[in-house]
Amino acid sequence: MITFRLSTHSGVPPYLQIVQQVKQAIRLGILLKGDQLPTVKEVVGMVAINPNTVFKAYRELEMLGLVEGRTGSGTFVLGRPAGPPPEIQNAVVNSLINWINEAKKAGLDEESIEALINSTLHNIKRGNNESTNNK
Amino acid sequence: MNQQTISKNAIETKGLGKRYRSFWALKDCSINVPKGSVSALVGPNGAGKTTLLKLLVSLSRASAGSANVLNKSPSQSPEYLSEIGYLAQEIPMYARLNAKEHIAMGLHLNDNWDSELATKRLNELAIPLDRPVGKLSGGQRAQVALGLALAKKPKLLLLDEPVAALDPLARIDFLKSLAQAVTDADGELTVVMSSHLLADLERVCDHIVILASGETQLCEDIETALKSHKLLVGVRKEAVDSDKYTIIQQSHTARETTLLVRLNDTKYHDSHWHMRDVDIEEIVLAYMGQSREQADTIAAKGGVR
Repeated sequence: MITFRLSTHSGVPPYLQIVQQVKQAIRLGILLKGDQLPTVKEVVGMVAINPNTVFKAYRELEMLGLVEGRTGSGTFVLGRPAGPPPEIQNAVVNSLINWINEAKKAGLDEESIEALINSTLHNIKRGNNESTNNK
Repeated sequence: MNQQTISKNAIETKGLGKRYRSFWALKDCSINVPKGSVSALVGPNGAGKTTLLKLLVSLSRASAGSANVLNKSPSQSPEYLSEIGYLAQEIPMYARLNAKEHIAMGLHLNDNWDSELATKRLNELAIPLDRPVGKLSGGQRAQVALGLALAKKPKLLLLDEPVAALDPLARIDFLKSLAQAVTDADGELTVVMSSHLLADLERVCDHIVILASGETQLCEDIETALKSHKLLVGVRKEAVDSDKYTIIQQSHTARETTLLVRLNDTKYHDSHWHMRDVDIEEIVLAYMGQSREQADTIAAKGGVR
């Protein structure tokens, strides 16, 4: 079973947070094919959110082909999103842990590590965009 | 029944106003709140939020304009009031009576009362039904009040700053209960909730009404509001409203101009500006700031020596 968290200061719309968390749970193997997603009422009771937001998130997941709504019985996981299987993710997580430990040893605190990751991601993304746009 | 007269809106007001002697507490308020929506009523203190809610529940009589609520005009008739749940800011309850007694009283006073639902809801929240409500915590008292309002099985629920006095945990619990009630009602319950806690509203609400200086600044669903409002940042220039956008708020530094605008054309693009999305909090603050600037200008003009 998946537990949702909602951050109201992240700038990510609530429905998208739900979509991302389901995707992530499927990627990490927390949710498997055939598993049932919590009902809308359960989600609403978990995170205090407008039910239409949950409907919207589930519709989006359906459109992505990740889940299937079955009338009267609920919403079920169909398969994994594009991307590597959980084993490979775990390997990547391990190397990330090593890297973080190294960064901490070098004297970086959590905030700087986060900022470093975000800005590097951003730079790589922008670099890619610029090369594809031929700018 | 004539289908054409049935509105898609739970609330429609036209030019609604309330005057106390020479002071307009609410002026020219024209809003539409779609049926089934959870609408946030926001604005600075004294903007007329409580006045509007009181007019809708017929606790006060309009000085101007008209209101149509669930296809009826506000009145004190039991027929009108039976469909509306109202929770006043001060949560009025009998401090010495317990929740069970409040529920029993509701049964006497209302035609369409669901004691079982109210009892079940409060049991699920582990609220002691036999303790005088005056001895419950603030959060529990708010939950009892919400339970009582819902036991009426209203089609419209008007909440005046229901979470203002609650601690963060009790606040989230209250909002959970509210959101669950909305889910259960399956589109048959419309909620209007006034609050200053914008982050909370963004969670639970899908529609927003911004009042400031006693007038309506914005009334639309939140998704549309987020799409149509943008922040434009660019090299300093004197900006004026155009047919492409309306400026809600502008600020200038020596070199830079920042505009929060409402786009008339969502495909608008101008290379002069760097465009960025805004969140509900930024939109609300911009409208509230705009109305304060206007008030200041008027005060300044009146104060010319």
